[in-house]
Amino acid sequence: MEILPFDFLTHLPSVLPELALTALSVLILFLDLRLPESQRRLIPYVAGLGMFAIAVIPLTTAPTGDLMWGGTVRHDILAQVFKVIVILGGALTCLIAADTRELGRKGEFYLIIIVSTLGGTLLSASADLIMIFVALETISIPLYILAGMRRNDLRSVESGVKYFLFGSFASAIMLYGFSLLFGFTGQTNIYQIAQYLNSEVFYNNPVPVLVSIVLIVVGFGFKISAVPFHFWTPDVYEGAPTPVTAFVSVASKAASFALVMRFFMAVFPETVVINGLVIENFWAALMSAAAVLSMTLGNLVALQQKNIKRLLAYSSIAQAGYTLIAVAALQAGTNSPDVVEHVRQQAVAAITYYMFMYTFTNLLAFAVVIIFSEATGREDIRDFAGLSRRNPWMALTMTIAFLSLAGIPPAAGFIGKFFLFNAAVQAGLVTLAIIGVLNSIVALYYYLIVIKVIYVDHSPDEDQQIAISPTYAGVLTVTTIVVVVLGVLPNVIFGWLLSGAAMM
Amino acid sequence: MFEGFSFPVLSAIIGLPIVMGVLILFIDSQRRDIIRGIALMTAAALLVLSGLVYFGYNAGVTALMEQQDALLVAETDHNATEMFYRSIAYEERYDWIPQLGISYHVGVDGLSTPMVLLTGMVAVAGVLISWNIQDRIREFMAFFLLLVAGVYGVFVSLDMFLLFFFYELAIFPMYLLIAGWGWVKLRQYAAMKLTLYILIGSVVALVGAIAMIVTAATYFETEAGAAVLTAAQTAGIVPESAQPFSFNIVQLTLAAENGAFNQTVFGSETLTFAQFWFPFLFIGFAVLAGVFPFHNWSPDGHVAAPTAVSMIHAGVLMKLGAFAALRVGVQLLPEGALVHLPWIVFLTVINVVMGAFIAFRQRDFKYVIGFSSVSHMGLVAMGFATMNVTGLHGAGLQMFSHGAMTALFFGCVGMVYDRAHTRDIPSLGGFFRRMPWVAAAFIVGGLTSMGMPGLSGFVAEYPIFMGMFDASEVTLRIGSLELTNYYPILAIISIIGIVITAGYVLRVTGQVFFGEFDAGKYPEVGDIAITDRIILFLLGVPLLVLGMYPAIMSPMIEAGVRPVVALLGGGF
Repeated sequence: MEILPFDFLTHLPSVLPELALTALSVLILFLDLRLPESQRRLIPYVAGLGMFAIAVIPLTTAPTGDLMWGGTVRHDILAQVFKVIVILGGALTCLIAADTRELGRKGEFYLIIIVSTLGGTLLSASADLIMIFVALETISIPLYILAGMRRNDLRSVESGVKYFLFGSFASAIMLYGFSLLFGFTGQTNIYQIAQYLNSEVFYNNPVPVLVSIVLIVVGFGFKISAVPFHFWTPDVYEGAPTPVTAFVSVASKAASFALVMRFFMAVFPETVVINGLVIENFWAALMSAAAVLSMTLGNLVALQQKNIKRLLAYSSIAQAGYTLIAVAALQAGTNSPDVVEHVRQQAVAAITYYMFMYTFTNLLAFAVVIIFSEATGREDIRDFAGLSRRNPWMALTMTIAFLSLAGIPPAAGFIGKFFLFNAAVQAGLVTLAIIGVLNSIVALYYYLIVIKVIYVDHSPDEDQQIAISPTYAGVLTVTTIVVVVLGVLPNVIFGWLLSGAAMM
Repeated sequence: MFEGFSFPVLSAIIGLPIVMGVLILFIDSQRRDIIRGIALMTAAALLVLSGLVYFGYNAGVTALMEQQDALLVAETDHNATEMFYRSIAYEERYDWIPQLGISYHVGVDGLSTPMVLLTGMVAVAGVLISWNIQDRIREFMAFFLLLVAGVYGVFVSLDMFLLFFFYELAIFPMYLLIAGWGWVKLRQYAAMKLTLYILIGSVVALVGAIAMIVTAATYFETEAGAAVLTAAQTAGIVPESAQPFSFNIVQLTLAAENGAFNQTVFGSETLTFAQFWFPFLFIGFAVLAGVFPFHNWSPDGHVAAPTAVSMIHAGVLMKLGAFAALRVGVQLLPEGALVHLPWIVFLTVINVVMGAFIAFRQRDFKYVIGFSSVSHMGLVAMGFATMNVTGLHGAGLQMFSHGAMTALFFGCVGMVYDRAHTRDIPSLGGFFRRMPWVAAAFIVGGLTSMGMPGLSGFVAEYPIFMGMFDASEVTLRIGSLELTNYYPILAIISIIGIVITAGYVLRVTGQVFFGEFDAGKYPEVGDIAITDRIILFLLGVPLLVLGMYPAIMSPMIEAGVRPVVALLGGGF
């Protein structure tokens, strides 16, 4: 794939959302400095609604599939989709933080979220090793700060430090992998590395390439919290302020999955064969292993959790595992060439759809958790007892979110999982699909327990109603509607996602 | 041949309870009369629509049978599929996810039409028996209607994806209804157990179904397969827009008929796709029908559930499992059925006999009915295992008959329990004097259960046993061992189950309804309300009608099972 010669106006659309986000962050910085205390409540709305507006920008440009800006970003539909996901994730995060006591008036929180979102959008499009690294750090460093934002809370500080230490180690290891790749090929553009990998430079020795893949997988695995790189997840999820947890669990994860797909399919396509070893099979096997480990461990440990945020943390590990099934399916098995292409597109579309619906589902779940803990100061599962009497609407939306996570219709999770398993079976990974569905049964247990607590269990203070502010009512309504609509009419976006997959 | 309606009747049947269920959630929870009223109106409308579908289908069934007779001797490669397709009425089809060959495709055939009617009856009965629920009736009714919608959806689905969608949609409201409104001692355990059992079966079946669709697509992409597909398109069986990759059950039936699933898998010489996947698909769904050894959820689930849910659960949902096992398992993988049903039949015998024995030993009124359901559903699965028209026909009738009968039983138990506050059989007695209607209804149900001629149980069970005797040529192969002629022996063994059934029905009737009534112990026991009487009539009268005049249902079920038997390669 050739790099499009530089021309400012043709290249501009590919980074328009990023430019808009930068402008928004400057605006927030300005407001944070100048707004009087009485009007600081406006900041979250400016940030949130501003990002909603920016989320439309990627849709207004027609992706060409060209490499732009010196080959650092690719302007394709996949990038477009993931930019929308990440920006919407950021926007909703701002709104669900709006009425919290600790973050509601903190301008810097919204500023940092926007910067992290900016990193996510860049990562969705990046096509160059350097750009990938820069974008990953642009997502991560703000999140390290945010996780430790509650300076008086030891758990928050611990989570920030832990996140930082794990994150920087993972980044360093990944960077080492990148440097190996660069050293072998002299290229940083991921679309051009592959052709060099096939040349004679390796003297038929695949080991260096395999080593670099393993090192890179460490970095990616950390970002998507796949086992065995998940150790930070529960502590960070529990300790960080909940809106931050929500953002980490969706936007940063979605962008990382975009990267995983793009990276492996561009750098190690099936044509890369060294000494008879099809490199594609190696990374696909790694992904299969990570999928099985993540699903199984995530679900089994989640069974014993008492804190809702830790539950969602382990659940997110398991969800990453399900998604990795479709990543493994990207190698598309032993089908004939045109079928391979078809299966691969299904897998890409499945992953994208899953991330799309997971973003809304998880934000919905976290929104309810935030509203609840703001009202009661508690975050344990058993404290949710009697929620259906305290606020039936919250109970219903929480139920829909958990059904979606569990993969029960009419919530979007059912179709999401169906797409994933469908891709896996088409790629010939029936065993992996079976492990996946059995895991989803294990997961159903703990999701249903939460729903049961909400609807069935009694608590002494179930007479005290929980009030919802208009902002939260809006967030809950919008996300619930999206989750249900995606679950019933997946075609609203599925065609778009498939065209994105076709353009890869 | 089938009179159409001027509106999409099946979509109305599915959509109405969903819309009304959501609507109910928006009503102020204190306005109980409005909530109950809306729920009842919805259920009644569903019953009316279901009745229209049923009698509309029944009117066209003679013409259908003639058409099927002609197809039996026709020389095409889609005979059985066409027999199946022609038996579908009130078909609706819209693209849903066209890229994956998924469509919203509904319609009823001879097997699902009685089930649709049954669902309507039980829905009305369920709303009526829940009339006096005090705790959060709004949520109860909303979830109940959602459950009804899911059940209807499975029965009318002609698209594999849609079938799973509704199947799983039905499970969740059931969980909440049992866990939230069931019998306090057992409900949380039983609800979770039931949900996990049923979902494990269905998700494994889902993977099998996807594998099936991929295999069918591979077949339709070959030259021979493409020709078959084109011929079927010309005959109008599958839509013009049909792609090789499709979830359309008609198209999958076409693949099955032409042996797409008979290719070997995993590099094996003998193990075919159908043989490998059949147990997962058939038993995966049959878990919900309570087939041994996966019946364990069922008695606990029935006992723990609130009465309305027990009724819909034993009455309709267990049939949903049986129906899906037949439709997805036997119809689409006939070659697997021929290999595996000869041993699965042993499980069904255990179901019949063991269920009856355990029911005999129970002290709890509701457990008796719970285990009797296990026993009777064994007969349904046994009917499937005969793989001939007689036996399958009996299984179809048994699904309806047992559905109405069990719902009636659970209704009676619920009415007794509401007033006596105990279900311990030995401590009850003499209720005939205070609740004559309930006693009469229970006796009707009991006689049906025993298979008394003149009631629907006889009409249903007799063909099942006949089918067992007809199936003597079925061969079970284990390695080099070949076993034939054992079906009649199994039939004789299962008749023990029927005898035991008579035993426990008579024992329960005698102890609960006759004998001395202790007015001091049960001061609240009085006669039942008008709503309860409607329930008893609604569920009891069909047992009598079907028993006296089986021709009201028998032909349509025969039309429904003929394509299945044709796919199994059986004669008529």
